[in-house]
Amino acid sequence: MMEGEPHPHDIGADPAAPLIDLPGHSSRGRLERVLRRGEFAITAELNPPDSANPEDVYERAQIFEGWVDAINATDGSGAHCHMSSVAVCALLTRVGYSPVLQISCRDYNRIAIQGNVLGAAALQVGNILCLTGDGVQCGDHPQAKPVFDLDSISLLAVIKHMRDEGKYLSGRPIATPPRLFIGAAENPFAPPYDFRPLRLAKKIAAGAQFVQTQYCFDLDLMGRFMTRVRDMGLDEKCFILAGVGPLASARTARWMMANVPGVHIPEEVVRRLEGARNQKAEGKRICVEMIQALREMKGVAGVHVMAYRQEQYVSEIVHESGVLGGRAPWRRDFVPRMLAVESLGAT
Amino acid sequence: MPSPPFAYEPRGKRARHGKSFRLRFWSVRHARLLEHVYDAIERLLLAAAPLIDRLGYARIEGPMAFAERHIKGALFDCRMCGDCLLSATGMSCPMNCPKALRNGPCGGVRADGGCEVYPDMPCVWVKAYEGSRLTRRGDAITAFQPPIDHRLKGSSAWLNLAKRAEVRPS
Repeated sequence: MMEGEPHPHDIGADPAAPLIDLPGHSSRGRLERVLRRGEFAITAELNPPDSANPEDVYERAQIFEGWVDAINATDGSGAHCHMSSVAVCALLTRVGYSPVLQISCRDYNRIAIQGNVLGAAALQVGNILCLTGDGVQCGDHPQAKPVFDLDSISLLAVIKHMRDEGKYLSGRPIATPPRLFIGAAENPFAPPYDFRPLRLAKKIAAGAQFVQTQYCFDLDLMGRFMTRVRDMGLDEKCFILAGVGPLASARTARWMMANVPGVHIPEEVVRRLEGARNQKAEGKRICVEMIQALREMKGVAGVHVMAYRQEQYVSEIVHESGVLGGRAPWRRDFVPRMLAVESLGAT
Repeated sequence: MPSPPFAYEPRGKRARHGKSFRLRFWSVRHARLLEHVYDAIERLLLAAAPLIDRLGYARIEGPMAFAERHIKGALFDCRMCGDCLLSATGMSCPMNCPKALRNGPCGGVRADGGCEVYPDMPCVWVKAYEGSRLTRRGDAITAFQPPIDHRLKGSSAWLNLAKRAEVRPS
């Protein structure tokens, strides 16, 4: 088990209670706290179940407990149907987890999105990741109408407007504006490479406070991107979490490159997997090395672990990487002493 | 048998094919020249705004939209969104992006610069960035574009520009 105790700011009266407000924070979520304290943050991706059973969600979240600072609930990723991100996030906040709500512009127009943002905030969701969304052609419903009313950048601006101005895009007032930590995605590994840092700057100007990148398997490209990002001072304005994940095999790597939009895996990584006796173990090894290398890259504030169908290895990977450095992310079984004292006084 | 095109196409537009982008790419290569042309049209329209107002926007909307549909349709594969961004996007029309992205490329661009949805078609934002490097005001590509007003679809973007520019005390 993990050593240490979670930071006192990250513990509420009981696991599901909202945390105290901190000055200068735009949300009451733990992810923002961890990042603002300057700690190397870990987030992980939860693949929502094809099920109406909440236990299936809790089962998938539990394996991350005590190892990650926030859990992303994907929103119809790869244009496949799953339980909605809002619902997964609401289930997670009930027991105290810090979820990141993902909103993809593919499936909703501005009316639906703004309603969802308020609803999620009311359900204590503190983080939102704004995405364009994969095209419908790569999913299980290619017959669907792609919406794309907003794009990821205008979506950021709309949510920031709701939070900071307390108004809908239409200008109509919102009685209690949502308290949110707003995020965006970036893919330093896809063309036009020179435009990517400019696009990140645009996202930050539109409202992005944190960024989670696409899978990083290419440290050269990532390094080049980060150099430009630092030159522009963007790492000071926004927390950058690099995407990582274990590859199950060389075959999986090739399949991902062909079928998952925006994934770039250099040939030497695929060859290294092919040459390994145990490809799965090698995939984990590569992921651990990647995390350690990213930890050393100036301007990288954390990692986002996407271990699709290998979620059970996330704790191992984080542990082996050693990037937590003895720090303990929040977990449910930690019973705050405060609560014990208060309940004693009440009786 | 090829699968049917996805529902990305605006009504009245056929699915995109590999060889039909030549003129569009010519426009991107000549973005600087077209920027001058565009600036001239803009100046003309702004100067003519009071005259247009007297004639009545409704009366010339039809002919203007017709002209735009054909001229810009040929040069840029214009989708008649009614809120033209070409001067900020290196003369590569962002509405040709299957996701209609007006602020930059998505994360799905292929390693060869191909579109995620239509691998045959180079990403319009890869082209836009190329074009923007050629134009004088290329940095406009980094300006934030607010969500589009879908009510403008099909109307003349040039007239909409003149309408917006016309600041008159009423």
